[in-house]
Amino acid sequence: MTGTVSLTDRVVRGDVGAIARLITQIERRSPGVDEVLSELHHSAGRAHVIGVTGSPGSGKSTLVSALTEQYRRAGRTVGIIAVDPSSVFTGGAILGDRIRMAALAGDPGVFIRSIATRGALGGLSRAALDAITTLDAAGKDIIILETVGVGQAEVDVISAAQTVAVVSVPGMGDDVQAIKAGLLEIADVHVVNKSDREGAHKTVSELREMLRLAPRVPGQWTVPIKQTVSATGQGVPELVDRFDEHLAWLADTGERERRAWRNTATRIRWLAEELVLDRLKPGRPDFDRTVDEVTARRDDPLSAARRLMEQL
Amino acid sequence: MQGATMRSTQDGSEHAIRVLLAKIGLDGHDRGVKVVARTLRDAGMEVIYTGLHRTPEQVIEAAIQEDVDVLGISLLSGAHMPIFTKIFQLLGDLPETPRFSIVAGGVMPDEDEEQLKKMGVAEVLSQDTTPDDIVAKVRWLAQDQPSQL
Repeated sequence: MTGTVSLTDRVVRGDVGAIARLITQIERRSPGVDEVLSELHHSAGRAHVIGVTGSPGSGKSTLVSALTEQYRRAGRTVGIIAVDPSSVFTGGAILGDRIRMAALAGDPGVFIRSIATRGALGGLSRAALDAITTLDAAGKDIIILETVGVGQAEVDVISAAQTVAVVSVPGMGDDVQAIKAGLLEIADVHVVNKSDREGAHKTVSELREMLRLAPRVPGQWTVPIKQTVSATGQGVPELVDRFDEHLAWLADTGERERRAWRNTATRIRWLAEELVLDRLKPGRPDFDRTVDEVTARRDDPLSAARRLMEQL
Repeated sequence: MQGATMRSTQDGSEHAIRVLLAKIGLDGHDRGVKVVARTLRDAGMEVIYTGLHRTPEQVIEAAIQEDVDVLGISLLSGAHMPIFTKIFQLLGDLPETPRFSIVAGGVMPDEDEEQLKKMGVAEVLSQDTTPDDIVAKVRWLAQDQPSQL
């Protein structure tokens, strides 16, 4: 049994076992975890959080591995959160991102954690954001969040990153269409991975065409399209440069604060929602009584909801 | 999610059991470990697979970072005795004993099985172990752990 205070201290000192334990507690919403997180919140805020997203098979994990090697060469420490989907039927998951990250093993400057989408109680969004806070407070310079960019929860999570890279690959046809639907708006950098394949230039020009159609305002960040071959590391140093430029742009324009403010607002709203819903659920006498009243049509749902909110 | 696949915490909430499955050394036979991975996933567990040709150091590092309940090591190369000796030697050198139980999988002689258990291997799963039995044993090991935090 480790005390709350000492767990916080151990995480801040970068103790691998403590970081791992805390992320488990975050996923499991264990008692006491909220206190640790609120302490860690004060030590966090220094890391550059990078979101890497794209369709399955686009080479995200290999790219994350290559990016991490590049950051390590520059002496920067890296935390990786790799999100993989859970089975809709059993809730189980096979998390295989580590297979592609073998080159990073044995480096104490790298911490990798796999998270299943449904394994996290209280939702993926909250767990992933709290895991970012943990790695940030533990002093990681760079935090890479890798997700399959499908589903609203994942888009919510990825928008918490300061820099979002959307990965596509040549020759997947409708791939660019898929990006158009949801992820185009949030991409700060487009990556065309596996660029040694046929059709890479076509994918790049399709993306460029699409970006040209997007409305632009003066002073806006120009979204670059970078070609990489993550398996060989080709284009990866240049990609890291673009990420650094983006972070500098965020800082220079005040956009970093604006995004931080917006993300904090979203987080507070999520948490408030969670706290309220936790108080309003079957089994709580005042809630059950109100449900009875509304069901019997002696009260209406909106008035009942308002009254319950006021009583909180 | 199925209640039977989950573990209860102090506050009554439930969570999935986490398992790391690893292949160590030159052994390239991963059909068995992949079948086990699917079996455990279908039982509602979260399975992290390391891929082939890992070192004992890499596997222990991954199991600690992933904070798993059970570490399963599949070996069909015949090198199980030296590899597990190395594993327990590395675990002994750690400042803090990790909380996971260790399971060996593969083809091993009976007398080695006894030796492995003396070293600290919690269960040995052979090619005869049925999927239901594998799930039951892993679940039991995950539940058996002291709730440290």
